[in-house]
Amino acid sequence: MSNNKEFVKFAKVDKSYDGKVLVVKDLNLDIEEGEFVTMLGPSGSGKTTCLMMLAGFETPTNGEIYLDGNPISNIPPHKRGIGMVFQNYALFPHMTVYENLAFPLRVRKTPKDETDKKVDKALSMVSLAGYESRMPGQLSGGQQQRVAVARALVFDPSVVLMDEPLGALDKNLRESMQYEIKHIHESIGVTVVYVTHDQGEALTMSNRIAVFNDGKVQQLSSPDKLYEEPVNSFVAEFIGENNTFNGQVTDVSNGKCKVKLESGTEIISNPIRVNSKGEKTIVSLRPERAIINPENKMENKHKGKIEEVIYHGDHTRVRLNLLGNKEFILKVPNSSARMDIKVGNEISVGWDSKDARALDPK
Amino acid sequence: MSSETQKILTTDGIPLEVSLKKAEKKNKIKAFLLVAPLLLFIIITYIFPIGEMFTRSIDDRMVTNMLPKTFKAMETWDGKELPPEEVFAAFLSDYRALAEKKEHGKLGQRLNKEKNGFNTILKKLWRKMEKFEDGNAKEQIMAIHKRFRDVKYWQAIKRTAPPYTMGKYLKGMDMFFDEDGKVVQVEEDRRIHRILWLRTLEIAVVVTILCFLMGYPIAHLLATLPMKYSNLLMICVLLPFWTSLLVRTASWMILLQQQGIVNDFFVMIGLVADDNRPEMMYNKTGTYIAMTQILLPFMVLPLYSVMKTISPSLMRAGKSLGGTPFVAFWKVYFPLTIPGIGAGCLLVFILAIGYYITPALVGGASGTLISNQIAYHMKETLDWSFASAMGLMLLTGVLVVYWIYNKLVGIDNIKLG
Repeated sequence: MSNNKEFVKFAKVDKSYDGKVLVVKDLNLDIEEGEFVTMLGPSGSGKTTCLMMLAGFETPTNGEIYLDGNPISNIPPHKRGIGMVFQNYALFPHMTVYENLAFPLRVRKTPKDETDKKVDKALSMVSLAGYESRMPGQLSGGQQQRVAVARALVFDPSVVLMDEPLGALDKNLRESMQYEIKHIHESIGVTVVYVTHDQGEALTMSNRIAVFNDGKVQQLSSPDKLYEEPVNSFVAEFIGENNTFNGQVTDVSNGKCKVKLESGTEIISNPIRVNSKGEKTIVSLRPERAIINPENKMENKHKGKIEEVIYHGDHTRVRLNLLGNKEFILKVPNSSARMDIKVGNEISVGWDSKDARALDPK
Repeated sequence: MSSETQKILTTDGIPLEVSLKKAEKKNKIKAFLLVAPLLLFIIITYIFPIGEMFTRSIDDRMVTNMLPKTFKAMETWDGKELPPEEVFAAFLSDYRALAEKKEHGKLGQRLNKEKNGFNTILKKLWRKMEKFEDGNAKEQIMAIHKRFRDVKYWQAIKRTAPPYTMGKYLKGMDMFFDEDGKVVQVEEDRRIHRILWLRTLEIAVVVTILCFLMGYPIAHLLATLPMKYSNLLMICVLLPFWTSLLVRTASWMILLQQQGIVNDFFVMIGLVADDNRPEMMYNKTGTYIAMTQILLPFMVLPLYSVMKTISPSLMRAGKSLGGTPFVAFWKVYFPLTIPGIGAGCLLVFILAIGYYITPALVGGASGTLISNQIAYHMKETLDWSFASAMGLMLLTGVLVVYWIYNKLVGIDNIKLG
């Protein structure tokens, strides 16, 4: 049985709050059944608005949202059958954990014994069995979050929405919760739409990531593709670390292009968003793709002066002044011999032309 | 570690506890001095007057002081048959002393309240006692009037012996001690106080309910509107609060009177005939309207402060989990506002039950409260002990309400802002 490729579908959705500014512009997004899709973007990029439209708390100004083929714009939130985990958990503080979980079942008139069974199952899924009679206020942040997840899943919704659910947790807890949510998703196969501004979270958990900026999806692809092959400079900059060079294309041929930088040097790059000579471009290079003292003959090999050395435990970050970019970052694994990494030294840096992606200028 | 409790010493060798006390002492004194003015103020202006009110309300020392010897002699009297000779002699002696001070008339009036017909026979006694021979007081007094031979009159005197009485409290509930010292009710058509108590309760309850019904949506709106609108609305709620109570009440009088603005409007839109304007003032309606408006902020503010803390995502969670808007409101939002409802209702009810100016001005005869009666006795009849008794009964009532509230909602759950 193949999953419905368009289980959740945003079709040409626009959203404006004040009639002047579009918060979401012409959004088209298909989410497969059982998929874990993350909406990632800076604050104000429209990702939460999209989630709220899907949940039914906001109505699209234009366009339509489909759930399993049915338009849902005119269905009120409580009839959509979509589970939701909120940023601040939104547990009902006057109800016990059991009552919180039983709430969606009780409003659906589920019989008592079935309710008990489902609550038990949901609680053991988030490893909180035995906490039924606690009040939310007596739980730690992580436990509250797990209760919120269990509550969103207990009535077997077809889609679960999560709005920055881990934002309030500390770093360690956040990481373990990421795995926990991912495992829950894998074991029950529910469709999850997850909103976050934390790229690490998005990369860890998702099947696919939709990078939002300025009300638009910039790129929708799997985490590895997103990191390795960003399609524009916003995505390249937003996901992971990124070294950039501004320049002008001087030649495009054989799947390679020459870019003349402001410093006058020419580098060989991979033309992603440039087509012809004379175009302005930003060349993006991941720090770990640049190699110190390259032995083999690389297409790009340049000398730079070390400006700063920052020790990071497992690796050392080196800031270079390279080809006019004073913020060029290198990551040097600490296991290797440290060579001449000292402030003021000159070192030679090389990289493959296919790793230097010539993207759109800003 | 040894099993004995070891005293922990500081580095100087002083026991830690001593050292701690010493270190904290200064702070404690400072803290107390800061609170002291308020404490003193409360004692002088609150606790002391209430104590004074209480003693005044039960004070009945007049007769006690007038007939000291009589009451001394009566101590051994069982009160069933006519008292022995010593009592008569003591009474005659006391009465003579009073007559010299020309205070015998007061005694007559006071005892007449206790037992009808006392004044007459005492006046007779006053006229005839000049000719009394020494000794044998019992026979001479009994010869003056047959009522002196009636044990009930002597019992009445004995009843006034204690320096205190609960009579004023009974009067506040339309009851009194009858001639046999039993508590009985006054005739049905004279039970004005009980009507007033019930009306006070009724008006306080109705005003509280009205305030709740009107205040809840306003508070909700205040808590959920965006800042720029909610500030404006807040000012609208508070503006009457900043206006003098008297001014507000007077403006209600202008609005509600028969030739007033509201009536004019009703006539204009044809709701009522010009010659059939409803009376909206000098009755309960006026009291309800004016008091609700005046007490509304006391309901809105606690509610608002509670609602402000309720995250809007809770309602959303309720809806996303499948609750209809009503279910989400009733099961999620409403229970969370109960501390605010409790605080607002308690505040409004307590204020309403003792309200004075507004009912006095717009209430008329059917819209006045017990507080107006208390004021009447303070200013007109000058029966301060009765006014004190009723004031204390009101205070007790409020404390009872407070106690019930504590049992139901818990005073720790209260949120006043």
